[in-house]
Amino acid sequence: MKRAGLYAAAAGFMLFAGFPFYWMLLTAFKQNRDLYVGAFDTRHVPWIFNDPPTLEHVRLLFGQTEFPRWVLNTLVVVVAVVVITVVVAVPAGYSLARLTGRWGERLGMGIFFTYLIPPTLLFIPFSRVVALLGLQNSLGALILVYPTITIPFCTWLVMGFVRSVPWDIEEQAMIDGYSRLAVIMKVAPRLIVPGILTVVVFSFTLVMQEFVYALTFLSSVDKMTVSLGVPIALVRGDVYHWGALMAAALVISIPLAIIYNLFIDRFIQGFTMGAVKG
Amino acid sequence: MILRRTLADREDVLGVAMLAPALIYVTLLVGVPFVLAILLSFSNATAGSLSFGWAGGRNYAAILGDPIFLRSLRNTAIVTIGSQVLVVVLATAAAQVFRAAFRGKRLARLVLLLPWAVPVSLAAIAWTWIFDSTFSVLNWTLKAAHLLHGWLYWLGDPGLALVAIIIVQAWRIFPFATVIVLAGLSSIPQDVVEAAIVDGAGFWRRLFKVELPLLLPVVAVAVLFGVVYTATDLGVVYILTGGGPANTTQVLPTLAFQRGVLGADLGQGAAIAVFLLPFLIVVAVAMLRLARRAEVGAR
Repeated sequence: MKRAGLYAAAAGFMLFAGFPFYWMLLTAFKQNRDLYVGAFDTRHVPWIFNDPPTLEHVRLLFGQTEFPRWVLNTLVVVVAVVVITVVVAVPAGYSLARLTGRWGERLGMGIFFTYLIPPTLLFIPFSRVVALLGLQNSLGALILVYPTITIPFCTWLVMGFVRSVPWDIEEQAMIDGYSRLAVIMKVAPRLIVPGILTVVVFSFTLVMQEFVYALTFLSSVDKMTVSLGVPIALVRGDVYHWGALMAAALVISIPLAIIYNLFIDRFIQGFTMGAVKG
Repeated sequence: MILRRTLADREDVLGVAMLAPALIYVTLLVGVPFVLAILLSFSNATAGSLSFGWAGGRNYAAILGDPIFLRSLRNTAIVTIGSQVLVVVLATAAAQVFRAAFRGKRLARLVLLLPWAVPVSLAAIAWTWIFDSTFSVLNWTLKAAHLLHGWLYWLGDPGLALVAIIIVQAWRIFPFATVIVLAGLSSIPQDVVEAAIVDGAGFWRRLFKVELPLLLPVVAVAVLFGVVYTATDLGVVYILTGGGPANTTQVLPTLAFQRGVLGADLGQGAAIAVFLLPFLIVVAVAMLRLARRAEVGAR
């Protein structure tokens, strides 16, 4: 009896969380005549395929829209931002954990707090900065600005990760005659590979999800990223191509969710400020 | 040679050198724009020209006398508080379910995390379709179950649209809160729970008298992030309703975007966005307190 209650509750939460994705799946593969039946017709059940599924919407998405272009744009921005974030945040996190002593802790907290300053407070000044730099309507604007979201949190993540790595391997290398710099260049990187991987994944997902800056800086359809183009530019006039729209949302969401699932414990340690060991 | 050796061993020099790029980036691209955001709110700057004139408190006077702004401020508070109350209830309940071992738990966890991983804008467009005025599956299901006799225009009615926004915000944040609460549950010392069981406390007593008080700091962390994510979010409202019908569902971020970017009045847009600061300051202060308590607890 208790088991049944448990499964029912779990099923309820899965239904609430997963329902929009099930709806994406249905919509993406339904034929139009199965899709566009008004909800007042109670005899036509919208929860299932009433006609055989079709690839029509997927073909439209990849063949007749700018979607492939947006995927490409997003990849360009993702790669650039991930590289910038790793190069800047990994040394900073290591430094805060191992080199700066007591004031490093305060400073680390300060950097973490800048993560709380949201894009919706900064997008207006940034629109002016971007105009001054001549970067309007270019992916360069996103590559410049996105690290402001990724660097604070990733520095914090790396700091926490390095602290959890025992000091003795690096200490032994120094006893063996390595300079402090040589330890950092040759010994430390191997020890913090999982931390660096977490930074890569976190930056990747943040860039995929960002909407506000893309909406502010990009105006032409061929420059858009996925998270902007799909909800804004797949709508032709007032006509929503729901099949293609939901196919796009599905194609992007599922891989992202799987990657996210693998790294969730690390992110949570970062969010709870080390108060909780995940 | 001697100099190089000492430099390569000076921890303070290395520390500063490795930290410098991050500090410079954050200062130039978060610190400076932050100050600029405040300055702009006192200026008559527009998006068209690069001029920058002092306007004193005129932007603030203008928005404080504007019913649309006051409504957006109220909506921001309603959506934030409403969704976070839902998040706390859902997350503590879901955490109780997902701490138990059951078949298919890995798959269930993946499904639970979907809303958190999906880009906000894509989730919002899916919900726009779910709330569609003609094809809403919610309406169909309610009608088929004979629970609905009229018709619900989810995004066309100001009150219902606000409910829809709250549902979507709670939907996207409760998985994150659940995982945080789960992590908190697993860090509760087992002997405390066992002692409660030995003393004869049942499930509900254990939950409310032992576990929830111990979980409070962790739930607080989840809520604080939830407040930041909801109060400052532009995507959900922008895509679901665009602030409509007739500006009744505007929140601070969407109104700032409408006035500052679409309307090109940077000064007024910045002034509207500045009203997000009280939400953020409350969160920052609460987080510092929690962090200090965790520090004291660790010693």
